[in-house]
Amino acid sequence: MIALLVRDLRLAVRAGGGFGLGLAFFLILVVLVPFGVGAEVGVLRAIAPGILWVGALLASLLSLDRIFALDWEDGALPLIATSPLPLEGVALVKALAHWLTTGLPLTLVAPVLGVLLNLAPSAYGWLVLALAIGTPALSVIGTFGAALTVGLKRGGLLLSLLVLPLYVPTLIYGAEAVRRGAEGQGGGAALALLAAITLGSVALLPFASAAALRVNLR
Amino acid sequence: MSLWDYANPKKFVETTTPLLPWIGGAAVGLVVLSLVWGFFFTPEAERFGSTVKILYVHVPSALMAINAWLMMLVASLIWLVRRHHVSALAAKAAAPVGVAMTVIALATGAIWGQPTWGTWWVWDPRLTSFLILFLFYLGYIALWEAIEDPDAAADLTSVLCMVGSVFAILSRYAVRFWNQGLHQGTSVPMATGGRTVSDVYFVPLLLAMAGFVLLFVWLVLLRTTAEIRVRRTSALATRARRAAEARS
Repeated sequence: MIALLVRDLRLAVRAGGGFGLGLAFFLILVVLVPFGVGAEVGVLRAIAPGILWVGALLASLLSLDRIFALDWEDGALPLIATSPLPLEGVALVKALAHWLTTGLPLTLVAPVLGVLLNLAPSAYGWLVLALAIGTPALSVIGTFGAALTVGLKRGGLLLSLLVLPLYVPTLIYGAEAVRRGAEGQGGGAALALLAAITLGSVALLPFASAAALRVNLR
Repeated sequence: MSLWDYANPKKFVETTTPLLPWIGGAAVGLVVLSLVWGFFFTPEAERFGSTVKILYVHVPSALMAINAWLMMLVASLIWLVRRHHVSALAAKAAAPVGVAMTVIALATGAIWGQPTWGTWWVWDPRLTSFLILFLFYLGYIALWEAIEDPDAAADLTSVLCMVGSVFAILSRYAVRFWNQGLHQGTSVPMATGGRTVSDVYFVPLLLAMAGFVLLFVWLVLLRTTAEIRVRRTSALATRARRAAEARS
């Protein structure tokens, strides 16, 4: 499992584009928002939690189709599937690799972008915490979507249609935690529910991803 | 003779074809009867005026929009466990009907919401979770369309349907947490115990719901038999092509 993880990480870094692209997209999106809605501090502060979460979500969506596509194209996927590692484990490792290359950097860079959007000072801790808890769920759900669409031509567009509705609960609780943090109410309840979604997804969705992969490799 | 015998496509088509006109006739009859009754022979409500009459389209279509997904879930599970092709095709056939019901519910809701709440759309839990259900339907249909191999498509959409169900329920509670809404409580007494709608409105509503259930059953059966015939035709075409290739 660790070998596969290391291999995936190395591929993500060396293949170029995929690794930094999500971050760059996140930055661009956050920069575009003030141009779109006007640079009024009050407005930006009010919408900052939602914008940051939507941005993180779209940025992690961007690299989803790479999870299995590269292995599919060069024929490595059947080899990985026939290795002693169970396919559920493969799906989990792939999701972990995706999180390490997108979710984690997004979490780390989000406070900096929060400054650009005049996020309330009390919300930074909540933002990092919510993203750290919530982005693994995005990766696991996305891995499932990628597993469904792996063999398809032009699967990327379909992938976003399949995955985005599944992202809704994560987005709601994540943004709510930050918003309540910004208002000084404490987002503990939303954070707990977010953690429940993440843990549930990590526990169950690898089985669905593995089932989808088996069908696609048949 | 068990129920599973009907999972044979031939048997299924033979059994349902004679039933189709009856179910269709009953469905159309009930829908027309209940709508005419509802629109013309019920008094206007005190607070809502005549707008309340859109209830007879809104409530049954919303009911069927959710139940169509439920039916797809059951059919998907049957396909995954017992691999009956009719089941997978029925799930495929139900999805567009479910989409239509969802759109009707959303549209009538908006038309109803405009005079009563003063707005076409609010980000209310019920409305929002319905919109998300609509997106789930779109994804499901798109996945069916995208995959060429029919068995693989059935497998993948079944898995998607199961995962989607879990997330649809999750979304429903998530949006409730996120926003408190305008939508009034349920009009159907099963959920609440007490009846919130008076008998004058309730009887035609019940008829309309029965009509929509039958309409759904009719459309799904019709579409399923159509799907079976399409599948059979393509199988025959493939066989003919292979035979022609073998000769040449």
